[in-house]
Amino acid sequence: METFKVILPATDYVAVLPQIVLVATALIVLMMGVFKRLVNGSAVGCTALAGSIIAFVCTLFIGHHGRPSSAFAGMVLHDGFSFFLTGVICIIIILTILVSMNYGKFFESIRSGEYYSLVLFAGAGMVFMAVAGNLILLFVALETMSIAIYALTGFHKDQLKSGEAAFKYFLLGAFGSAFLLFGFAFVYGATGSLDIVKIAGFIKTHPRILNLKFLVAGFVLMISGFGFKISMVPFHMWTPDTYEGAPTSITGFMATGVKAAAFAALIRAILVPLAPMQHSWVPIMWVATFLTMTVGNIIALAQENIKRMLAYSSIAHAGYILLGFVAGTGLAQAGMLYYLLVYAFMNIGAFAVVALLCKKGEEFNNISDFAGLGFKYPVIGLVMSVFLFSLAGLPPTGGFMGKFYLFTEALRSGYVWLVLAAGVNSVVSIYYYLRVIVTMYFKPEPEGNAVVISSISPGIVIALAAAATAVLVLGIFPSYFFSLAGNSIFSLM
Amino acid sequence: MNHFSFPILSTLIFFPLVCAVLLMFIRSEGGENDELLRKIALVASIVEFLISLPLLKYFNDATAGMQFVEFVPWVKSFSLNYFVGIDGISLWLVMLTTFFVPLCVLCSWTYIQKKTKYFLISMLFLETAMIGAFVSLDLVVFYVFWELMLIPMFLLIGVWGGERRIYSAVKFFLYTAAGSIFMLVAIIYLYYLSYKTTGVGTFNLLELYKLHIPIAAQLWLCAAFTIAFAIKVPLFPLHTWLPDAHVEAPTAGSVILAAILLKMGTYGFLRFSMPLFPYASHEFMPVIAFLAIAGIIYGALVAWAQPDMKKLVAYSSVSHLGYVVLGLFALNIQGIEGGIYQMLNHGVNTGALFLLVGMIYERRHTRQMDDFGGLAKVMPIFAIFLMIATLGSVAVPGTNSFVGEILILVGAFRTYPICGVFAVSGMVFGVVYMLWMYQKVMFGPVTVEANRKLPDLNRREIVTMLPIAVLVFVMGVFPGMFLHKMDSSVRYFIDQYQSKYEMYQAEKTGNGLASRLHGYKVANCDARFQGGVDTPGR
Repeated sequence: METFKVILPATDYVAVLPQIVLVATALIVLMMGVFKRLVNGSAVGCTALAGSIIAFVCTLFIGHHGRPSSAFAGMVLHDGFSFFLTGVICIIIILTILVSMNYGKFFESIRSGEYYSLVLFAGAGMVFMAVAGNLILLFVALETMSIAIYALTGFHKDQLKSGEAAFKYFLLGAFGSAFLLFGFAFVYGATGSLDIVKIAGFIKTHPRILNLKFLVAGFVLMISGFGFKISMVPFHMWTPDTYEGAPTSITGFMATGVKAAAFAALIRAILVPLAPMQHSWVPIMWVATFLTMTVGNIIALAQENIKRMLAYSSIAHAGYILLGFVAGTGLAQAGMLYYLLVYAFMNIGAFAVVALLCKKGEEFNNISDFAGLGFKYPVIGLVMSVFLFSLAGLPPTGGFMGKFYLFTEALRSGYVWLVLAAGVNSVVSIYYYLRVIVTMYFKPEPEGNAVVISSISPGIVIALAAAATAVLVLGIFPSYFFSLAGNSIFSLM
Repeated sequence: MNHFSFPILSTLIFFPLVCAVLLMFIRSEGGENDELLRKIALVASIVEFLISLPLLKYFNDATAGMQFVEFVPWVKSFSLNYFVGIDGISLWLVMLTTFFVPLCVLCSWTYIQKKTKYFLISMLFLETAMIGAFVSLDLVVFYVFWELMLIPMFLLIGVWGGERRIYSAVKFFLYTAAGSIFMLVAIIYLYYLSYKTTGVGTFNLLELYKLHIPIAAQLWLCAAFTIAFAIKVPLFPLHTWLPDAHVEAPTAGSVILAAILLKMGTYGFLRFSMPLFPYASHEFMPVIAFLAIAGIIYGALVAWAQPDMKKLVAYSSVSHLGYVVLGLFALNIQGIEGGIYQMLNHGVNTGALFLLVGMIYERRHTRQMDDFGGLAKVMPIFAIFLMIATLGSVAVPGTNSFVGEILILVGAFRTYPICGVFAVSGMVFGVVYMLWMYQKVMFGPVTVEANRKLPDLNRREIVTMLPIAVLVFVMGVFPGMFLHKMDSSVRYFIDQYQSKYEMYQAEKTGNGLASRLHGYKVANCDARFQGGVDTPGR
């Protein structure tokens, strides 16, 4: 046990500056919510937006100085990996808030201070998950994020579906957390430390520990716990119901932010420190990856509700990202990071368009509601097509480059069949993404009850334009971002 | 290799894209600017054609290597490069593309009435993708353009198509995408192989030509590429998307599909799967030749049975493309040159047929042969053009197809005589169903009242058809002009193919010389390639 220094050096605080900004903003927003009469509705959203942008700027400003370091006695790791994922999560928060500000025009509750403060708290939790160097901090961060998200899922207080979604997510999530905690305990028992770097060091110096059942059990439980969060098959059951019931803005947030944070934790806590165990997890993870892709894509084929469809598609995407986990090399890790970045833009973008199709207190979530939209609102149709083509992995979008990166690295590690399976899956997925495009462009607008987009705020325009541009830039000029991801991998030197 | 400093190929690729983006900014709600939009698109596509003309002028036909090359690093970490260039094989296909797009814009002048703006944007976007696919020499760049072609074509069929357009569009998309995903995996695997052998992976096609690929891997990789290209060609029995897509697509879509997109598949065989995997290609040769023959005969027989003119032309495409594949896989100079020439001929003739069918459909809104008869008297100019296209299509001496088919048959007889015999029977069927159609539609008494007052082709339509009609004869009478440009590239191709095949063959039989031979051949080919010297034919 190290002696705890009461006065910490300022650099430690600089390392967590984005989180400090996020939490501070969350508190301010919460207070603004209390004094509802004094501040008008949109000010809350704007404050939250400003806070998240400041956090993003802080991240860029602090950057990473090449050499990894740690703060708070190894609790927080400050390296390229932290930088990259903090950046991605901040982008996700910013986009989510922009989407929410428009979405809130249709729903009273989304306008409140609690909503935005919960988003920010969840965001802070995600960032802490990405930077945690200690399993305890990792767990606390995960819970911070999860509890905030449980509450956000049930934010449509007047809709039964939303409550059901939140309850389901909460129950299963609690199970997942329990598994995870159990796993941490086993790992602690096996290695005598909760510090990720020390765990890795211990395993390196005591290779015989790899055969210890404790460690294997710890690994399996941890995988199950994280599996819940990334909706890996067979822990995916909650995903469609939760994604469908949650407010659309939150669905996008969950699908990207939670996934990014959970994958970050997966890399931090398992992929790198437990790397010597790789040969024993590859068979399990091979099957899990295959199933995650396949189950997600095949069930998505049959969905009529676009949120459910995107939920299943997000399961499938988790499968593609897991390819990198199976491959296990540093470059594969970079591929995962790159994919998470692309996925953030394309998925939030798609959900942002879905969130536009609302009227007061009601959402239009059927794929058939998109009929004729493409020519009625050409720009929205275009950006939605960009997002969907990117999700389907067609060039010249970021989705293609992300898949290309992951496939290449998985092949380099020799997983030819898994890559082939992923390829077949991509083709299957094209069908259901194409269905939305077919509905948007080829089906005539329905007579009478045509869906109208009644509110397009400047915020959502910026969000959609930025996301679509990012998806295209990531697809056409990926070079810089490839090397950024390549420089941001987490390794133990 | 070439000191042409102006990036002409990039200009060709991206000029239509820039124009398409410009069109987006023109307001066209309710179609008030449609006329302007059409004019801009027409001018843009004609300018594009004019830009492509210097290619012909400055193309050095003594060189087998790539010309007008541009090389820009794209993604350093994967050594992806934006690498484009053309040789005698792709030169004419690029020309064919730039030649046909203006005609397609012209033929849609009145045919496309709704959402004209988006139609024109798709058209120009498609042109970008097609030219990009023909000129790219980096496998990933090629794949990007290859997939990019799908989206505008999908929209062309789905938005402006006929009754079953959605079904056809989705079928077209899924078929092609399914084929190409295997190609993508194969491309990545090739990268991995080159990474394993040299330590630096590459997607550069010219580098990969030199790569030694183990025979077992070769068979799989070749299969993956072959499936992608066979779907695109389409080779029997993967052709089922084609009639659907053709029949439902608007005229311009059918023309582009027949004239250019299908050539993508045969071009792919020639540029990618054959030179990359000579041994595997050789192994697959009997199967592919058989399928090509099956396609020739099957396509012809089914075409014969069609009451719908457009369907007839669509199935005739299956038959004609069978010839092209047969020629390519005959693997001698006649067969391959004939195959390439026939690609162009098929583009010109079938393009013309689709245009004409579209014109008559626009007048009568039917394509059933039974609804016509005696049109020769009512529409004499139309009759002349249809005659020219029909004669071209059935390979009458003096027309373009005659040259192509004769070359293919000579090539096929040299390699596998039996196939040649069957292929000739396909030619006979071709004459039967084409002339049958012509007779039914054009001759006899006018039976349907509505046909009596059909207006003949107007000036715009004549302008559309005239260049094609002229080309049919020019290509038939002066084939040397065209073949000459591709000679050295084709000879070099065959030479390379043979030497690499022998090398693998030696390796397969366990010949101790194999490795030495390998070193010698590669060095030899390399020197030839660098020098760009015309290699003597075999």
